Amino acid sequence: MSWQAIDRKSAPADEGPGLSDAVKEKIRAFFPRYETKRAVMLPALHVAQEAIGYISVRAMKDIAELLELPPSAVMDVVTFYTHYWTHPRGEKVLMVCRSLSCQLMGADKLQHAIETKLGIKDHETTPDGKFSFMTEECLAACDHAPCLMVNERMHKRVTPEQLDKLLADADSDKLPMPRSDLYDAPHGEKPARGH
Amino acid sequence: MAYEQILMRNCREGGDPSIKQYKAAGGYQALDKALAMKPDELVEFVKGANLRGRGGAGFPAGVKWSFLPPNRTVTYLCVNADESEPPTFCNRVLMEHDPHMLLEGIIIAGYATRTTVAYIYMRGEFTEQFHVLQKAIDEAYADGLLGKNIRGSGYDMECYIHRGAGAYVCGEETGLIESLEGKRGWPRIKPPFPAVEGLFHKPTVVNNVETLACVPHILTRGLDWWNGLGTQNSKGTKMYCVSGPVNRPGCYEAPLGITTRELIYGKDFGGGMRDNMKVKTVAPGGISMGFLRGDMFPKPDGGKVDVTRDCDELDCLLDFDDPRHYGLLGLGTAAAVVVAEDTDIRDVLFNVTRFFSHESCGQCTQCREGTGWMHRVAARIRDGAGRQYDLDLLAEITKNMGMMPGLSICGLPDGAAFPIRTLVQKFRPEFEKRIGEQQADAAKRRILQTNPAAYDLPILQGRAVQPAGGTYMTPEKLKRN
Repeated sequence: MSWQAIDRKSAPADEGPGLSDAVKEKIRAFFPRYETKRAVMLPALHVAQEAIGYISVRAMKDIAELLELPPSAVMDVVTFYTHYWTHPRGEKVLMVCRSLSCQLMGADKLQHAIETKLGIKDHETTPDGKFSFMTEECLAACDHAPCLMVNERMHKRVTPEQLDKLLADADSDKLPMPRSDLYDAPHGEKPARGH
Repeated sequence: MAYEQILMRNCREGGDPSIKQYKAAGGYQALDKALAMKPDELVEFVKGANLRGRGGAGFPAGVKWSFLPPNRTVTYLCVNADESEPPTFCNRVLMEHDPHMLLEGIIIAGYATRTTVAYIYMRGEFTEQFHVLQKAIDEAYADGLLGKNIRGSGYDMECYIHRGAGAYVCGEETGLIESLEGKRGWPRIKPPFPAVEGLFHKPTVVNNVETLACVPHILTRGLDWWNGLGTQNSKGTKMYCVSGPVNRPGCYEAPLGITTRELIYGKDFGGGMRDNMKVKTVAPGGISMGFLRGDMFPKPDGGKVDVTRDCDELDCLLDFDDPRHYGLLGLGTAAAVVVAEDTDIRDVLFNVTRFFSHESCGQCTQCREGTGWMHRVAARIRDGAGRQYDLDLLAEITKNMGMMPGLSICGLPDGAAFPIRTLVQKFRPEFEKRIGEQQADAAKRRILQTNPAAYDLPILQGRAVQPAGGTYMTPEKLKRN
């Protein structure tokens, strides 16, 4: 229910870390792309989450300052989208698709296996801070059902038997491709963009 | 029979998504052709192709472009790559393997609509695809296909990817615009339509990825070729998706108007069911369009469509018109999820209601409450504590939400209503049988467990488990509607 904030069962204990100057500079680089500063909200939140792992209250305030908005406007957006975490999350976030195709192909069993193996439920983090688990509505890879996403990387046709290997694999979240420089330099005036 | 692969010509394992490959395959020739035309000529040309939107609603792209006010200085093009409808994945396949086809479509559409900035709104779950497409955009900038003075035509356009963060409702065009503006993805009340007042209050065009990818091919191959494909009101080629327990789940291209049976059983498509199972039900256009009965039901005699009888409905043509004859909302995204005969229909109902109750944005009361209500009803049916009139109740809820009665801002509640309505209508005997098999006091025990007040309050007097309670409409009234 996107009108209910799933990740805010409890208020965060403290304001958490803020954004560094480098991160703020990255966010400012998005300004020329849009007519209003507010439109940089989603990219800014992505950048912030990439930098500090989640969206802390301090980060919300920092972004609000950058975008010239009240902090409540930032929190309003953060709590709508399911990808933004308002609590610290694990190093690897396991996202299991639970939509119809995946469910027909055994996503329930996969979810059960993860929950018993890690001892956590939906939207929780293991005590050692290594893994978080969440379910997701359709990852748009129904031809490879059931799918499991570990941070950025999609794992296709995952069976509960493969799970041990997958959890032990340190590179299970790395994409085997060069990263794009989107968050480093905007298009437009700078023709050399480092490829 | 195998159809020519046009949109999917490079979609195979190990295909090279680079600009070099795309140009070698004849790419960016359509762009030169387009830049030689006047923008308004181009709009008329696309109008002539009757290129209907591939994102679900099927609104002709050329007509959409012609709604833009003539005396505008700024125009935005939003590319809808927020593909969230289960079980659709054709845009992912296209962007992963041939991102330049999309970019060429964007540049042509941008030129036709005199767009200044194009934003590709891509869902947050697309990570690999994001990197591929971003690389393609970088290549296009380096090649002078984007930016200032594109190919010496004097036309300027910027193109950026804007990443979403996980919300189904952002696939609705005004929800997408709101999200782009940095707000919650709440759809707007229309009018004003985006063509008049969209992104940043400027004229805006929102088109689907696949729609735009068709545009270059229409230009290079001509209108006659395009109009020779498909059925009467549905022209052109389409990427069909099929998933579930079929032998070859995947994305396959064919002209509009193949049958659902061909999509499941054709050897170039789904390749039949696993373990030779029969089909119980299939949602041929994404789950929000509704469900068809599968071939575990007998064939209809005389071939006449009659949704009130339990007959095999797999002969439904996948074009923009025929699904309506089967009680579905429309073609949708032409992504079929196949449910085999051994699946409990209650699980399907539960899954679908959960999806919509999760994804409702919460602005309109009847959608927010209705989808949640249906989810609770479906949960108790699945848990073996349903009541016979829960089926009437579900039918009633689906009648009272959505744009069809004119009560909602966007089409999501219609999309939530149709699958539930068709499931309850077409599989009622099975639901009734399942509910009949329950223990006699299952409903009562569940209510005492979950919400004793519904049973204990003197005014309710246990009505929650009475056979006649629960719905505001009598069965006769429901039938009349």
